[in-house]
Amino acid sequence: MTSIGSRSRLPAAGTLFAGYDRGIGYDEMFGPDGRPRPHCVALVDELRAASSAELGLRQIEADKAFLTQGITFTVYGDEQGTERIFPFDLLPRIITAAEWRTLVAGLSQRLTAINLFLKDVYHDGRILAEGVVPRDLLLSCRHYRREMRGVRVHRDIYVSIAGSDLVRLEDGRFVVLEDNLRVPSGVSYMLANREVTKRVMPGLFDRYQVSPIAQYGQALLATLRALAPPHVTDPTLVVLTPGVGNSAYFEHAFLAREMGVALVEGRDLLVHDNVVYMRTTAGLRRVDVIYRRVDDDFLDPLAFRPDSFLGVAGLLNAYRAGSVSLANAIGTGIADDKALYAYLPAIIRFYLSEEPILANVETYLLANPSDRQFVLENLESLVVKAVGESGGYGMLVGPHSTARERDAFRAKILAEPRNFIAQPTLALSQSPCFIDDTIEPRHVDLRPYVLYGGDRVTVVPGGLTRVALKKGSLVVNSSQGGGSKDTWVLAE
Amino acid sequence: MLLSRVADALYWLSRYLERAEHTARLMDVRLDLGLDRRRAVDGWDFDRLFASLRVAPLAETPASPGTLIDALVFDPDNSDSVLRSVTAARENARQVREEISSDMWEQINALFLRLKQARSEGTWSSRPHYICRMVIEGVHLFEGVTDATMAHGEGWQYLQAGRYLERAGATAALLDLYFHGGSRLPPNHAEWVGLLRSCSALEAYCRCYTADIRPERVAEFLLLNSEFPRSVRFSASRVETALRAIAQYAGRGTGGRAERLAGRLHASLDYGQVDEILSEDPHDYFESIGRYCTQIHTAAYQTYITYPVETALPA
Repeated sequence: MTSIGSRSRLPAAGTLFAGYDRGIGYDEMFGPDGRPRPHCVALVDELRAASSAELGLRQIEADKAFLTQGITFTVYGDEQGTERIFPFDLLPRIITAAEWRTLVAGLSQRLTAINLFLKDVYHDGRILAEGVVPRDLLLSCRHYRREMRGVRVHRDIYVSIAGSDLVRLEDGRFVVLEDNLRVPSGVSYMLANREVTKRVMPGLFDRYQVSPIAQYGQALLATLRALAPPHVTDPTLVVLTPGVGNSAYFEHAFLAREMGVALVEGRDLLVHDNVVYMRTTAGLRRVDVIYRRVDDDFLDPLAFRPDSFLGVAGLLNAYRAGSVSLANAIGTGIADDKALYAYLPAIIRFYLSEEPILANVETYLLANPSDRQFVLENLESLVVKAVGESGGYGMLVGPHSTARERDAFRAKILAEPRNFIAQPTLALSQSPCFIDDTIEPRHVDLRPYVLYGGDRVTVVPGGLTRVALKKGSLVVNSSQGGGSKDTWVLAE
Repeated sequence: MLLSRVADALYWLSRYLERAEHTARLMDVRLDLGLDRRRAVDGWDFDRLFASLRVAPLAETPASPGTLIDALVFDPDNSDSVLRSVTAARENARQVREEISSDMWEQINALFLRLKQARSEGTWSSRPHYICRMVIEGVHLFEGVTDATMAHGEGWQYLQAGRYLERAGATAALLDLYFHGGSRLPPNHAEWVGLLRSCSALEAYCRCYTADIRPERVAEFLLLNSEFPRSVRFSASRVETALRAIAQYAGRGTGGRAERLAGRLHASLDYGQVDEILSEDPHDYFESIGRYCTQIHTAAYQTYITYPVETALPA
């Protein structure tokens, strides 16, 4: 080990690292002194021994694997229906066992509190009555569903599947940037990234004990089974997709296959006497649990958007009658509203009487006059986000913005303050990536996938590390030029 | 348990692939036959090719193999082109990715990507044979991978039904063309050989009847042979077997309409006599096979896929 340690003392000496800028924020591979972090020594060692040509070949292999497997997304607004691969970076990102323990504890605590919160606000409204969360803020959430008031949700499981976006700050702490509690996507990329990394970089695994993640499909299946309505002993589960045109279609098909359940579209289902059936070659068959990858708005044209062709007429009533379960429940979007996010620490304290294990990012609510004044005076240093948007849309990154963009946002904020929040511009941690034949740092985040089956929370040891591939960029969304890489959680 | 939509997609997936393979083979044979012919007299005879593909000839007769391939293999606006068939097959496969094996998907996706690449490279015009072979081999590989990696259950039976129904119709149409006319020249020896090769049947025929090629024997072989996998009788027997299995999976008793029609077609071929067929009205006979295929398709759809919901609701 000493020889490795001494050789690695000069990380910039290897040609691949020649232009590597350690930067001033947190680097996932190198400590502040420029030396590899202890758990990265072996990886740096391997990379120093590799040539750029060799890595280039592996990159081609990896890209080809994604293309032939059809792990692609459809680009919206492109009439040709062009399919692109989600850019993949070869170099794994490593998380230590100790770091992971904290993350799991924090994510479990958070999802437990969120489920208690959802039950409360759709029933008694205790947290509103006590003024911990302002009532008008909650009722003005775009994703609040009046139809869910007083509806008994089986076992009180509202959010079965969550994906929280974490970023690492300069001091190395992970904080939660946002929660995705409606239909979080990307888990298939987490699994595919691992498969491809194993295929093209098998040598890297020799020196690490990496926790496996392939059991995700079974864990998801168990989570969905837990939702089965009472008295159903052998539930029929389905995954509901908007169809092949959806950008995440690959993932829907992938998860259905992993679990061994049917992948259905709205047109395969029908509701009769508050019972959901699917149309099979052997006639109609009853459906008990739907893992729906269709947004609330499109779920039932009778209850929500009448122009939706993706949903099933009468589904809401069947759901309210308790004859079918949905994952996630309807109306969970209130808990990932970006303005409500600011109250998450208070929500955790209120229901669990515990301090939050994972911190939030400081958040300014533009509906508050004092916050608003501060934000409008400091637009060039803050990030402003629309509360109901996701995917990196509707966002202003102050330091990277022009005066005209800031003016446009100022006008939008003043027109609809409730619709916006602001956060300090975070120095996201950076991770080495193989780009243009050399290794360069890029900003990354982390999205672990959290499952809640009613009595316990399961987090498969891994996650999707998203990479902002544009140099210096802080936006990691795939629709905005982001890529991803394999994420290794080291075994204890 | 199979979703009706999935059954539909599997069925068309294999029909489209069968069609792509058939088109590629016919073109391969036609281009090969044209090479050593007296061009002034009979030329490439592309008309026969279009007729045998059951598509309308192009407004301008292709002047060379290059333009022909462009039109029949790569033209995205031509709904009968190989690329369109392969694209449609892949789209159907995409809709049922959770139902088919990953190996199957990767095979059909690779065929699609290779075709698109060949088209964009544009190097195919000088080697049409390789393009045709690439398609034929791609489809064969898919069928092999399917048989080796997918459970031979209900979904697999729909793949079988689609493939053999398409094949029965296509072979019957080909025979109709040769025995009824449709081209300006009566078939000569080279054309009869071409017909056999268009069904990959030349070698199998020779083993059965020696290299003495006679029209009524060709008809007998392609229509009534019970062992050759591209004959109409063989295909009809596979359709019947698949439909019988499908009825069982769907929990229906035997004797449904689709099954009865398929059984009747199969039986008429089992007991058919080639001299009778050719001396009576061969055109009507071959056309009736096509009609049977259409009826079988419709009956199967009405029973398993597009049935009215009211009939299936619990009382």
